[in-house]
Amino acid sequence: MSFANSTESNSTTLFTSASLILFFLTFLVAYLIWALSNMARNGVFSRRRRPERMEEAGDLSVTSLGSHEVHVLAVDDSLVDRKVIEKLLKTTSCKVTAVDSGRRALQFLGLDEEKSSVGFDGLKVDLIITDYCMPGMTGYELLKKIKGSSTFREIPVVIMSSENVLARIDRCLEEGAEDFIVKPVKLADVKRLKDYMFGEDGILKQKGGFGKRKLQETCVDDPLSSSPSPSPSPSPLSDLSSTPSPTQTSTSSPSSPISSLLLPSADSSPTCSPVRLDSPTRRLKMSNTDC
Amino acid sequence: MEVGQLQKSFVDYTASLFREGFLDGQFSQLQQLQDESNPDFVVEVVSLFFEDSDKLLNDLTRALDQQNIDFKKVDAHVHQLKGSSSSIGAQRVKNACVAFRNFCEEQNVEACLRCLHQVKQEYLLVKSKLETLFTLEQQIITAGGAIPMME
Repeated sequence: MSFANSTESNSTTLFTSASLILFFLTFLVAYLIWALSNMARNGVFSRRRRPERMEEAGDLSVTSLGSHEVHVLAVDDSLVDRKVIEKLLKTTSCKVTAVDSGRRALQFLGLDEEKSSVGFDGLKVDLIITDYCMPGMTGYELLKKIKGSSTFREIPVVIMSSENVLARIDRCLEEGAEDFIVKPVKLADVKRLKDYMFGEDGILKQKGGFGKRKLQETCVDDPLSSSPSPSPSPSPLSDLSSTPSPTQTSTSSPSSPISSLLLPSADSSPTCSPVRLDSPTRRLKMSNTDC
Repeated sequence: MEVGQLQKSFVDYTASLFREGFLDGQFSQLQQLQDESNPDFVVEVVSLFFEDSDKLLNDLTRALDQQNIDFKKVDAHVHQLKGSSSSIGAQRVKNACVAFRNFCEEQNVEACLRCLHQVKQEYLLVKSKLETLFTLEQQIITAGGAIPMME
C-alpha cells in the first residue's frame, strides 16, 4: 500500500514537474519566436535591407546624438556670390549644396522634367536660398515650381536680391517665399534665418509657410480692395509683424526690409494690404524680366 | 621689416581703404568669415571677383562697341558687376555701376562710354589696392606674425 501510495505521489510529482517544464518550454519557444521575428523585421538577417536602413539614417546627416545638420540648397548664377553664401551658411553649421541655376536646382531636387531623378543623391534639402535675378529661370520662377510641387512645397524658400523693390518682395512672399534678403547677404541675415526657422536640433520649427500666406488668406476683405488700383499697393509687410521671427536678433544692423519691419510692435494685429492678393492689377504687373 | 611694423602698416592701410571708400562693411564681413579652416577665404573670393570682372569689362567694351548697341545686354553685364562688387565690398566700383545702369536705362551711348571708363578706373584702383593689402598680409605671415583683426 505504501508502495502504491509512493508510486502515486511519485507520478503526481512527475506529472507536476512535466507540466511545469512544458509550461516553461512553451514560454521559451514563444519568446524566441517573438524575438526572432523582431530581428528579421529590423533587417538583421537580410544583407539587402541593411544598407537601405543606413541610408535612411544617413540622410539625416546626424552630427551628434539627436541633432541634424540643416542642408541648404543655394542657387546663384554669380560665382562670387555662391562662394560667399556657401561660406556664410557653413559658418552657421549648415551643409551646403550650391548650384548655378534654377534648372540645376530642380535637377538636384529631382523635379526637372527633362532629366530623371537619377542624379538625386538622396540628401534631404531643408531650405532653399535663391537669387532672384538669374538668366534662364529666375528665382521667382524657381519658387513657383517648388511651391507647385506636392513633394517639395513644404521646403522653405528664401529669395535674395540686390534690388530692394517692394513689388518684388511682395510677389515673392505671395508666392510662398519665407523671407526676402537684400544683398549683399551678411552673417547676421543667415544666422537670423537659421535661428527662426530651425530649432537647435536642426529640425524645421514650423511647416508650411510660417503662417505668412495663411495670415493673408484669413485677412478680412477691405471695402477698397474691389477697385483695381494702378499704383503699387502698400505691401502687406505689415502682416509680418506677427510672424515668428526673432526680432531680438534684428537689432544688429538689419540689412533687409523684412528684418527692419519685423522690429516688434507686439500688440499690432495683422493688417491686410488694401489690394487683394488675387487682384488682376497685381497679377498683370508681375513681370519676370525686371532684373 | 619686423612683424610689429608690418602689422601696423597693414592696419593703417586697411583703415585708409575704408576711409577713402574703396571698401565697405561687406569686406569686413568677408574678413570675419575667414578662419583656420579656410585661411585664404578672402583672397579666394577676391580672386574670383577679379576674374569675373575682367571678363565682364571685356564684354562691356565689346557690347558698347557695336553699331546697334543692345542696352539690355549692357545692363545685364553692369548688373552682374554691381552684384559681385557689392558682395566683396568694393564700394566705389559698385557706385560706379549704379550710375552706369541709370544711363543704360536712358540708352545714352556717350554717358555709358564715360561710365564704362569710370568703372574700369575704379576697378583697376581697387584691384591694385587689394593686391597691395594681400602682399602685406603675406609679408606678415612670412615674418611669423598674425594678421591683425580689424574692428
